[in-house]
Amino acid sequence: MRIGVVTFPGSLDDRDAIRAVRLCGAEAVSLWHADDTLHDVDAVILPGGFSYGDYLRCGAIARFAPVMDRVIDAATGGMPVLGICNGFQILCESHLLPGALIRNDHRLFNCIDVRLVVENTATPWTRDFGRWQEITIALKNGEGGYVADQRTLDMLEAEGRVVFRYAGSNPNGSYNAIAGVSNERGNVVGLMPHPEHCVEEGFGPSTDGRGFFTSVIAALAAGTGLEVRQ
Amino acid sequence: MGRIVVDVMLKPEILDPQGQAVARALPRLGFDHITEVRQGKRFVLTVDGEVTEDDLAQARDAAERLLSNPVIEDVVSVRAEASATTGATSEASATSGASA
Repeated sequence: MRIGVVTFPGSLDDRDAIRAVRLCGAEAVSLWHADDTLHDVDAVILPGGFSYGDYLRCGAIARFAPVMDRVIDAATGGMPVLGICNGFQILCESHLLPGALIRNDHRLFNCIDVRLVVENTATPWTRDFGRWQEITIALKNGEGGYVADQRTLDMLEAEGRVVFRYAGSNPNGSYNAIAGVSNERGNVVGLMPHPEHCVEEGFGPSTDGRGFFTSVIAALAAGTGLEVRQ
Repeated sequence: MGRIVVDVMLKPEILDPQGQAVARALPRLGFDHITEVRQGKRFVLTVDGEVTEDDLAQARDAAERLLSNPVIEDVVSVRAEASATTGATSEASATSGASA
């Protein structure tokens, strides 16, 4: 099982994502932003950070990195892709996921633990969770407010594509308290909080993040995504 | 050397926390008649020679694909600035209304 983690100039959390993948039992493969191949990985993680200094808009320049052409092709073919924080912003800029992330409504950088409700367990990244399970993981960003037009919000709600919703107070003004969404097929998931920081006892508020990685490993073992291996 | 000016604004329905922060600071300076501030972006693109229709078409394409995110922003104008070498000061081309 090979799970790729892309490093862009300015990525911060690629090393933590690689570590989380290994701790949960898969082989982690470093992918470079300038690569024009995905090196035979079975799934891809776009990690958090500040790619290209967040210049222009968060994720806007990373979206045009050479490796993203391959990621977009693979995602369209059904490969599991997870975007965390800046990775979520990149997926939105790539139009693999609907909506966009804007500055937190209170204008402050968040660095907190948040409670999330897992509302969709049919994705390859969430199948090890229970539906409506509450998990606690870290959130750390300045531009985490999820926005989309009303038609898109209605569609996401109707199709069960709100994968994670903030429980309790809304930490950043996200519309409908949305913390993470999926594409129509469910293989592409993005969220602002950071599961890769919550995989070891003694580091972070929980080990709830492990479920993301064990989920995709189980999904790949069951065949999901393997047919589009490239 | 010609210049093309691209203006991008957040869509009206998208919250603008930066604009709100500016709006809240204005009364402290005595500007108490301003009721709202929306903050946008201006890009100045430089090309060799005079700005051509082809240059403008490329600028509109770039504005849609990279300079703005159509999910949250509108390209409100793409226009050529008159070349400095002609001494003209007026703007040469009307707004494009590219994504309006």
